Order: sequence, then C-alpha cells, then structure tokens
Amino acid sequence: MNSFTPKDTESHPPLVHPLYKSSTTRSPTKDPVIVPQTITELTGPTFDHSSLPDHSADLTMNGRKAGEPIGERIIVTGRILNENGDPISGAMVEIWQANAAGRYVDREDQHHAPEDPNFLGAGRMITGDDGWYRFLTLRPGAYPWGNHSNAWRPPHIHFSIFGPNIMTRLITQMYFEGDPLLQHDPIYGGASEEACVRMIADFSMEHTEEGFALGYLWDIIIRGPKSTPFED
Amino acid sequence: MSPKKQTPSQTVGPFFSYGLTPQQYGYDYSDLGSGDLVIDGTEGEVITITGTLFNGDGAEMKHGVVECWQADNAGKYADVILKDRFSGFGRVGTGRGEDSRYSIRTIKPGKVDSEQAPHITLTIFSRGLMHHTYTRLYFSDEAKANALDPLLKQLPLDRRPTLIAQRIEEGTEIVYQFDIHMQGDRETVFLEF
Repeated sequence: MNSFTPKDTESHPPLVHPLYKSSTTRSPTKDPVIVPQTITELTGPTFDHSSLPDHSADLTMNGRKAGEPIGERIIVTGRILNENGDPISGAMVEIWQANAAGRYVDREDQHHAPEDPNFLGAGRMITGDDGWYRFLTLRPGAYPWGNHSNAWRPPHIHFSIFGPNIMTRLITQMYFEGDPLLQHDPIYGGASEEACVRMIADFSMEHTEEGFALGYLWDIIIRGPKSTPFED
Repeated sequence: MSPKKQTPSQTVGPFFSYGLTPQQYGYDYSDLGSGDLVIDGTEGEVITITGTLFNGDGAEMKHGVVECWQADNAGKYADVILKDRFSGFGRVGTGRGEDSRYSIRTIKPGKVDSEQAPHITLTIFSRGLMHHTYTRLYFSDEAKANALDPLLKQLPLDRRPTLIAQRIEEGTEIVYQFDIHMQGDRETVFLEF
C-alpha cells in the first residue's frame, strides 16, 4: 500500500504549457506510469551540516570578494510543511537567484545589467526541529527574457527542497507580494490561479529587523504521509 | 481532504549551474552532489552511466539536471549523506554547447529487496520542464532479474526498453548507455508514485 500522498496534479502546472514556449518540446506528452511506492521511493538523500559551507544561509556574506554586495537586504523565512501541516525537520533547502540588478552569476546570462563581484546568489540550509528555514539575501531584480515580445521575469528566488524521501523532492520559485509583473509571467501563471498564489511570499513586519532588513514569510508545502482513515 | 495543498513546482530555468552543479561548471561554491559517487573504500563494480537528454525534436537538451538515487553494493540506501561513505546520491548538468552528454561514475547497486531488479532512480529537471520527472534505470546484463521486476512487468512490452541501460565495455571501463527522450515516439517511461 502506498503510504505517501500522490503528486497533486491540480496544484502543479501542466507539463506542456504553450505560453511558456520551451515547455512544448522539452516536456513529456505521455501520461506517467503510476507505480507502487517501494523502499526506493520511501528513502532519499538526507543531509547533515557537513553539506553546508560557511555562511551558506547568508547570501550577503558568502560571495564577498572585496566588500559588501549591493542591494536591498531581505530576510526570507518560513517553514517546510507537509500536506498534513506537520513541520519537516532536517529538510535541505537550496536557493539561487539573480543579483539586485537582475543579473545571474551564470556565465551564460548576457543581460545588460551590472554584475556584482561580491554576490554569488546561491545558498543552502537545513531546517530545524520546527521546520523553519531562514536566509538573509538581497532582493533580486527583474530581468528580460526571450519567451515573447517585451517579456520580463518577475523578481524571484529559486528554491530546491529535499524532504524525507525522493517523492517529496520539489524545485520551485518564490515570488514577491504585490508584483505587477506576475500577471504577465507564463511560468508563474502556469499553475492554476488558486495554486499560483501559494508561491508568493508575504511582506512580514514580524520578520523585519529594525534598521537592517525587510522580512518576507513563505511556507512551502510538500507531499506527506497519507493520514490514517478513521474506523467507523 | 488535506489541510494544506502542495506548493506548485516550477522550472529550474537556464541559470542554475552555479547553484546546483557549481563544480562541474567551474564556480566557486561547493557541490551538494556530483557526477562521481565513488570514494575510497566504496565496494562494488565501478561503472559509468552516460547518455543524452533529447527533446521532442530529437535535439540534444542542454540546461538539464539529472539527479540519481541508488542503493549501495549490498542493496542498502544511505541513511544520511556523509563524505566518507557511499552516498547513493549524485547530481550532474547535461553539459553545454556541442557536448550535451551527462555522465555519472558510480557502482552497480545491489538488489534492494527480493522482488526488484537492481535499479537507479533518475530525477530530471530542466529549462522548459515545469515539474521534474522520475524514471528508473535498469541494467541490460540483468535480463533474468529484469524479467521478474514488478515495475518493468507493469509496462507495455514496447516501452520497457526505454528503461534499460545498455552495457558497453570500453577497455577496462564499464559504461552503461542511457539516453532520455523527454518526448516523441521514443519517449522514456516516466513514473509517478
């Protein structure tokens, strides 16, 4: 018997989403084959603190070469939860993002915007007992891309999560509350209207640090154990 | 009904290399997983898995990531990833420019239970892919075990070969060829659990 919930197809974007052009040839068109969950699926890579380099949750520190990176400091924090609302401790959370001007460190990024020699734009951490993650970083900039005429990606942070097994693996993107670019973005808008708002981080005064950085709060929900049915 | 709903998946996009596969592409950041799982003291037959990711037009796909998860030589999955033990976890980019092959150096896994043939789970991410896909790699020299494998038996006969890596011995090196077709007539069988 399968003990974890399945992929919730109503929450995730369809694989082929014509408004996002490259999805049309790079995604499967046949239905996946549903197979039983075995020891292979019920296990997965679990990481300990030896996988974390210095300052790996502080992106304002971990890329410094000769000074501070430039941009608006933000704290991005929240919990990794499963569908039952249980906090997931020991989850590996990786992030990567553009700099404050909308330029990635990636050498293939040719967007005409300044590089920041003191900003790597990548970090990782492991959630504690209560499922919380927390990164200190810079607010990423928007940047143009070639999907359609005058196309711009809304500012976003890529998130990669390893939960308790390979079925709970998730890579997603976090967006910012109130961003006018969201309604024009086919990647964000690939998910249903009801589901895509779950990728938006809310501004949080509670997590804002006085005189230092704005706080954003975003919980991430992954697959979880099936709840035991009640007996009549 | 569940009290919480899953956060939607999104593509990795084109610019993930410095974050997910930094050492492979020469960035100054540590790897969480790499394309070489073999360390001093790893027991088992050392093998290299290599292949290409193809799109629906039959073109090689760069901007892809392949993660692997496998048991050790004795059929046991690692409890926690430690640098001095065989981890069973790897991650590689599908290359850039003309050579878009991926390559993973590992060991052939043992049987994880009495029913299943030896196998490795591959999870694929890429630009243009809104949710990762899972597949399994089986070994061409395990024909007898493959014939009894419950997952392979569940598949239509004509699609089973998409999950079988072909063993090629190149001198002393053992290579398994495993191409992944994301779409089209030869589309690889992708799995959900």
